[in-house]
Amino acid sequence: MSHEPSTHEPSSMSHQPLAISHLSGRGLPLRGHDVDTDRIMPARFLVAVSFEGLEHHLFEDDRKADPGHVFNDPRFTGASILVVNTNFGCGSSREHAPQGLFRAGFRAIVGESFSDIFQGNAAMLGMPCFVASHDDVDRLQALVAKTPDVVIAADVAAAVITAGSLRMTATLPSAVRDGFLSGQWNPTAMLLVRFDEVRAVAARLPYITGF
Amino acid sequence: MAATLFHKVWDAHAVRVLPSGQTQLFVGLHLVHEVTSPQAFDMLRQHGRKVAFPDRTFATVDHIVPTSSQKRPFLDLMAEQMTSALERNCRDAGIHLWAPDNDNQGIVHVIGPELGLTQPGMTIACGDSHTSTHGALGAIAFGIGTSQVRDVLASQCLALDPLKVRRIDVHGALRRGVFAKDVILTIIRRLGVHGGVGFAYEYGGDTLDAMTIDERMTICNMSIEGGARIGYVNPDETTFEFLRGRPFAPAAGDAFEHAVAWWRQMASDRDARYDDRVTFDASTIEPTVTWGINPGQSVAISEPIDAEPDDEALAFMGFKPGSRVQGTRIDVAFIGSCTNGRLSDLEEAARIVQGHHVAPHVKALIVPGSRAVSRAAEARGLHEVFIAAGFEWRGAGCSMCLGMNPDKLEGRQVSASSSNRNFKGRQGSPTGRTLLMSPAMVAAAAIAGEVVDVRELLVGADPRVRPGVPA
Repeated sequence: MSHEPSTHEPSSMSHQPLAISHLSGRGLPLRGHDVDTDRIMPARFLVAVSFEGLEHHLFEDDRKADPGHVFNDPRFTGASILVVNTNFGCGSSREHAPQGLFRAGFRAIVGESFSDIFQGNAAMLGMPCFVASHDDVDRLQALVAKTPDVVIAADVAAAVITAGSLRMTATLPSAVRDGFLSGQWNPTAMLLVRFDEVRAVAARLPYITGF
Repeated sequence: MAATLFHKVWDAHAVRVLPSGQTQLFVGLHLVHEVTSPQAFDMLRQHGRKVAFPDRTFATVDHIVPTSSQKRPFLDLMAEQMTSALERNCRDAGIHLWAPDNDNQGIVHVIGPELGLTQPGMTIACGDSHTSTHGALGAIAFGIGTSQVRDVLASQCLALDPLKVRRIDVHGALRRGVFAKDVILTIIRRLGVHGGVGFAYEYGGDTLDAMTIDERMTICNMSIEGGARIGYVNPDETTFEFLRGRPFAPAAGDAFEHAVAWWRQMASDRDARYDDRVTFDASTIEPTVTWGINPGQSVAISEPIDAEPDDEALAFMGFKPGSRVQGTRIDVAFIGSCTNGRLSDLEEAARIVQGHHVAPHVKALIVPGSRAVSRAAEARGLHEVFIAAGFEWRGAGCSMCLGMNPDKLEGRQVSASSSNRNFKGRQGSPTGRTLLMSPAMVAAAAIAGEVVDVRELLVGADPRVRPGVPA
C-alpha cells in the first residue's frame, strides 16, 4: 500500500463542529467508469466488526492483478484528493469503501459523477464528492498523472477547484456544502434536536398506531 | 394536487426541513443485519446514546452465514463473532432478531415481505443497497451506509435530499421463457448502470400489473444496479392479497380494511407528474444474459455481444466483440439471492430441472432465500427434484451472491447466477466470472453445462400460464 494510513479518525458524533472551507492536497488519478464498491473494498474485508485496517485493502484485487495500478504507484503516496470518472462507488452500500479511502488519508473526491449512496456515505465521514465536467476531470487526471506533486485546492463555498494552471467550477450538493461550511456535516445531533417532532410523526402514521 | 407515491410517502414521513435544506425523514421500518451494523452499535455505545425506537427495527443474519451447515458456533470465527455481536446488540437494545437457528431467518429482503413487515406507504431503510426490493409492495425503501444506520438507531430518522421520479412503463405480455429478471436486465441495459442516479424508479404498466409480488421484487431489487437507490410499484389488489394474513400485517377485519384504504390512497395519482418517463415493450424482451462486469452489459440470448467497446470487460470475461454468450461453458450454477431466491424462483427452476441431471462438470447450488422459502419448497417436494438432478440443497442465506461466506467461486470459474451483480470478484474469487440470468436460465445452463436458451428446454413442458401469452 503506497498510502500511509491516516491517524485522523473519521468523524463521529462526539466531534465538535469543525468547519471546513478549504481542502488541499496532492491528487491520485483513478481512471475508469462505474468503479463499484466491491472493487474499492472486496467483500471478504467486510467480515469484521470494525472498520479498522480497511485502508490496507483498498482495491486489493485490482492492485494484485495489475502491478501498474495507480494505487500501487509510489508517486502518489500521500495523496489526499482522489480524481475519478463517472458513477464512482456504484453497487453495494458498504460504507467500508469510503471508510477505507478516508482512513488512507483521502479528504475529498473529484469526479464526473457518483452513486447516490456512496456520495452520502462519504459526506457522513467528512469527505466531500465534487462533481465536475468530463473535460475538467480529464484535464485534472492528466495533470496529476504528469505532475504528481501538483497541489489540488478546493474551495468548498464556491466549489471551485484549482491545480497548477487549471481552474474548474464543480458542484457539491448544497446540504453537503453548507454542512462543511458550518461544521455540521454529521447529522446525528441535529436529528435529535427536536425529538418531540419525531414522536409526533410516528404518532400520526397509521401503520404505527395500528390503523 | 396530484402526486406520486414517492412524494406522498416522503411528505407523510417528513419531520422537518433541516437548516441544511435536507429533509429529516422518519424511517418507518429499519432492517439490520450482521455486516453493516456492528460499527453503528459501537458508535452509539461510545457516545452513550440509546436506540430511539427499538420496536421499529428488526434484525436477521444473512450475509456471512454458511449454507452447508448452520450449526453454531460457525467454523469461521469471524462470522461467529459477527453473529454474536448482533445477538448481543439486539438483546441490549430490545431489538427483535431472527438468529441463524430461528425458523424465520433468511435474507433480510426476503423475510421482510414474507413476514408482512414490509407494507405500502412505509419508509424502509437498511444497510444494504438491495433494500430497494421492498418497493415491490409500494414502500419507499433504500440502502444506507453504517453511519446512517447509526443515525436511524439513534433517532429513527435520516437527513436526505428528495429524489426525482422516473416512471418506467412496461406494456404487453412476456413471452414464454421470459421472466421478471429479463425485464429488469433489459431496463438496465437501455437506461444504463448510472441512468438512475438521482432518481427513484416507479415501475408500472400492464406487464407490471400482471406480475406477482415475487416478480415485482426481482424488478425493484435491481433498481440500484441501474443507479436508482429506490424502485417501487404502486400497491394494488395483488399487494393487498399478498399481505393478508402475514404475521406482521394488520390483523384481519377492520384494521386490515383501514390499512387497504390508506395503502390505496398512497398510490400515485393517475395524473401525477414525473420528472421523466420511459416505456418498454415486454413482447420484444428475450431471455437475457450479462457478458460483462456490470449488470448493464447484457444481451438477449440470441444476440452476439454488440459491445460498446469495453476492452476491460471483454478481456476479463474472455469474450470478443461479436462473440455469443450462448454456448459458454459454465463451472458453477447458483440459484438464490435476494433477487431470485424466493419460492416462485425455485418453482420455475424445478420445472426446467425435472427429469434432467446437472452436467458432470458443474457444481450446482440451490440456496433458498429464507427458512420459510426452504420449508415451503420442501413441502412441495422441490428439494427432491433438485437433489435427484444433482443440485446441492442448501440452508438459507446470501451464499454465492457476494463472497462473504464459504460459498465462493475459485480461480477463473464461470458462474451462471440468478443473483444481481457481475462485478469483478463479486462471487468471491478475484478472477471469477459471473453471468447473470433468470433462475430458469441458470437451471437450463446447469443441465446443459453451458449457457443455453431456456426456451429450447420448454418445448413440450408446461408453458407458464399467463393471460394473453401468444400460443
